[in-house]
Amino acid sequence: MNAHASLLPKLIAVAIIACVPLSGESFYIEIVGKVLVMAIFAMSLDLLVGFTGLVSFGHAAYFGIAAYAVALLSPQYDAASLWVVLPASIALSALAAFVVGLFVLRTKGIYFIMVTLAFAQMAYFIFHDTPLGGGSDGMYLDNKPSAAIFGWEPFELTNEVHLFYFILAMMVLVYLFLARLLQSPFGRVLVGIKSNEHRMQSLGYFTFRYKLGAFTLAGALGGLAGFLYAVLFGFVTPELLSWHESGNVLLMVILGGMGNLAGAVAGAFAFEAMREIFADITKYWQLLMGGVIVAVVLFLPGGLAGVPGRIKRALQGGEAK
Amino acid sequence: MDFASFLIQTLNSLQYGLLLFLVASGLTLVFGIMGIINLAHGSFYMVGAYLAFVLSSATGSLVMAIVLGIPLALVFGAILEWALFSHLYKRDHLEQVLLTYGLILIFEQLRSLLVGDDVHGVAIPAFLDASIQLTEVMSYPVYRLAISAVCVALAVALYYVIQRTRLGMMIRAGNDDRSMVESLGINIDMIYRVVFALGVALAALAGMLAAPISSVFPNMGSHVLIISFVIVVIGGIGSVWGALVAALIVGFADTFGKVLIPELSGIVVYVVMAVVLLWRPEGILKKG
Amino acid sequence: MGKTVKIAGSTALSLAIAAASIGGAHAADKIKVGLMLPYTGTYAALGNAITNGFKQYVEENGGKLGGREVEYAVVDDESNPAKATENARKLVSREKVDVLVGTVHSGVALAMAKVARDTRTLMIVPNAGANDLTGPLCSPYVFRSSFSAWQPSYAMGEALARKGLKNIVTVTWKYSFGEESVAGFKEAFEKGGGKIAKEMTLPFPNVEFQPFLTEIASLKPDAVFVFFAGAGAAKFVSDYSAAGLKSSIPLYGPGFLTDGNLDAMGAAGEGLLTTLHYADGLTNARDAAFRTKYAARYRMQPDVYAVQGYDAAQMYDAGLRAAGGDPGRKEELIKGMESATIDSPRGAFTLSRAHNPVQDIYMREVKGGENVVVEIVSKGLEDPARGCKL
Repeated sequence: MNAHASLLPKLIAVAIIACVPLSGESFYIEIVGKVLVMAIFAMSLDLLVGFTGLVSFGHAAYFGIAAYAVALLSPQYDAASLWVVLPASIALSALAAFVVGLFVLRTKGIYFIMVTLAFAQMAYFIFHDTPLGGGSDGMYLDNKPSAAIFGWEPFELTNEVHLFYFILAMMVLVYLFLARLLQSPFGRVLVGIKSNEHRMQSLGYFTFRYKLGAFTLAGALGGLAGFLYAVLFGFVTPELLSWHESGNVLLMVILGGMGNLAGAVAGAFAFEAMREIFADITKYWQLLMGGVIVAVVLFLPGGLAGVPGRIKRALQGGEAK
Repeated sequence: MDFASFLIQTLNSLQYGLLLFLVASGLTLVFGIMGIINLAHGSFYMVGAYLAFVLSSATGSLVMAIVLGIPLALVFGAILEWALFSHLYKRDHLEQVLLTYGLILIFEQLRSLLVGDDVHGVAIPAFLDASIQLTEVMSYPVYRLAISAVCVALAVALYYVIQRTRLGMMIRAGNDDRSMVESLGINIDMIYRVVFALGVALAALAGMLAAPISSVFPNMGSHVLIISFVIVVIGGIGSVWGALVAALIVGFADTFGKVLIPELSGIVVYVVMAVVLLWRPEGILKKG
Repeated sequence: MGKTVKIAGSTALSLAIAAASIGGAHAADKIKVGLMLPYTGTYAALGNAITNGFKQYVEENGGKLGGREVEYAVVDDESNPAKATENARKLVSREKVDVLVGTVHSGVALAMAKVARDTRTLMIVPNAGANDLTGPLCSPYVFRSSFSAWQPSYAMGEALARKGLKNIVTVTWKYSFGEESVAGFKEAFEKGGGKIAKEMTLPFPNVEFQPFLTEIASLKPDAVFVFFAGAGAAKFVSDYSAAGLKSSIPLYGPGFLTDGNLDAMGAAGEGLLTTLHYADGLTNARDAAFRTKYAARYRMQPDVYAVQGYDAAQMYDAGLRAAGGDPGRKEELIKGMESATIDSPRGAFTLSRAHNPVQDIYMREVKGGENVVVEIVSKGLEDPARGCKL
């Protein structure tokens, strides 16, 4: 599948991204770092949407929960240990996804979409309305976690270049992990559930458990993205959990073409680039953004990842479909 | 809470619930019958409220604005269905989510371009601009009672249309099996167009009725959208009756939540939803 | 990519003279102002008013601040805190602005302030009222041209205690601006011998107030103090009046209750008393000139937000002048701003050690769709800046 196809272009893409810090411009290092975080987020959602056929419209909740976890778990005047807060934040997101999964996976189709949304709203209001995380003002993460192990510090997250490569490494790891996972028996069952859940059930699979596993894992990886986001920007707010963010990440997935990990990464890049460019062109950028979204859905059902295929077919005079 | 307050709070719950029903009913119809998830439903509510503002400023009367606004909303809905939504029936839900998400951005921006970003008020029609004294200090606006009456009337009318008319029969049949209806030679495309336009008009009407008490402002559709989703989930997708029951439940939960447990009132409604889902994953009333 | 608006204000000759007369290291460069404000969404009208006010001052000055030409880099912050850090960084590190001006939403402003502190960029907050900005999070680089949430509410607390009211119910959205306003009110009101009967809150931006009105009616307090703003405030005031409470239990609040939304509340708003650092019907010449010019330039009446934008430009101008027009001489620039007396349309004000305006708070009454000044209820009120170590 994806992992084997066209390895070279992917290696080249990673190599190019790895060169960004050479520019020395912190703005670009940070913005590309953010896009990489969003790419992890989009891949985690793609596991649900593209591979398992579960359209979650509340994925931002798990992103936000881990982001808040870093901020809440870090002492105010000191740096927390990366090796504690990273697993802890991811675990919290995974736990939240597991519990929510128990509820939402009892539903299907439109229900599933709306129920995931409603649970994400619940999480949003918990951070927005209770004093837990500073309410609607959000909270700062003043000290980035320290990577020291018994006094030895392999890298420093306070250094923007180190942090950038840490994020890039995480993204590559997540990609490899998911690509591998999808090859495994577990992954094959997920794909089987997407194409025909009844068939999988009649084959004797407890599809609910597999779906719950996928949902929890997606929550955990979304949490990883949220963790990195909080470390990158040092500020968390309830808006990270809002349904607009859930909508944006869905858009990244579909832009890249569902069920395509590399596509999810490309979708994240395309989405952020569009937003930047449109906002620079005009005050009415939301009109352009909305127009592009509508056009993509109507005219590009396969997302960006489908474009090369379309062009190829058109050139060959084949039937474009 | 003394007994008089309790009764008034009950009235508040009913009145709020009924208004929510009006928005959610259009949503559940479109969901249930056409199988379309429509995030832009809140925008239709917003469009209705702004129509009420623009038309009542032009004509000097909210009643006139509603009389003119409903046909406009119907036409608007039919055009949208023809131009965009009719392409979505065979697509998966994800694409429906995205297209309607894009529409929200477009509608909000157009609203900003056409009417601006200010907060506006809409005058209550003179013949309803009065209050009924309930207690020594508290009175109840007649207009709120009138809205409730309109909502109840619409609920009855919807029930009648769906259960008793030929259109309703076709709607119910299309709901269950699209290909069968088509094989009977019924123009299902036309039915869908009518249903969608009806859904838009219901949301717009809710916006028009709510405009005098909520005023009109940017992003006003967003909150209404999410709460409508919750109602549709609790009530059961496609069930107008379920939407009514669920809207009243939400009305009560929200009202009494604010009074009894103010710290958690933001999440009360969602907790109710979670409980209902545990009990009945398909909502209180499955479609019907 | 940069979306910059150039102000064509003066000729090449005057530019040359200005450059020659200043003679700083960067004297020939333009001053770059980063406007990070909401231009879409709920607060779009406020963002536009602030921008108008800022630009008006610059234009009155021949397109200059501190004797230097001005150019703008503009970002729509969408009032979205999730994008705030990124947007602020974009202005600071990519556009290399000399000063950050923003914003309306407190959560966004707090994120901006962090960027400003971290990158040592000067920042002027032209609205956001979060106490923390000039409290625990105060910084030499962060200034405010508007108010702290504490100020107008504290003044109202004093005023109502002086009136002899004893028993008050408060209502607000459950978010920090609302809670800080209520806290400021409570502090002054209890100091003056009053008592808060009940503090009610509801989730932002929920506007279903009916349950609270019913409860207020059964509690029958001497008065009600509320914090709401914009559309929510218009709805609260209308509902309050429609529930028949307005005639029996007076309603008070900080001025945001009746600013920019009087048209929406109509007759229900008439007679309301609110406190704010600006009002209609002020009699100083500065305000009259400001209003005339604003109305002619933008074809609408200015509001408090326009004043705050205007004053943000004045403050920076004062700082730049003190630094000889060189934004790089930050210490002198900050000193200049700290020691300036700003000749504002609201009445002259100075800045506190935490960089918040020390200003008069007016009692205003809604009359004929305007917030007409009644009296100054608190002269030169200074935010206590609790937790600020400056």
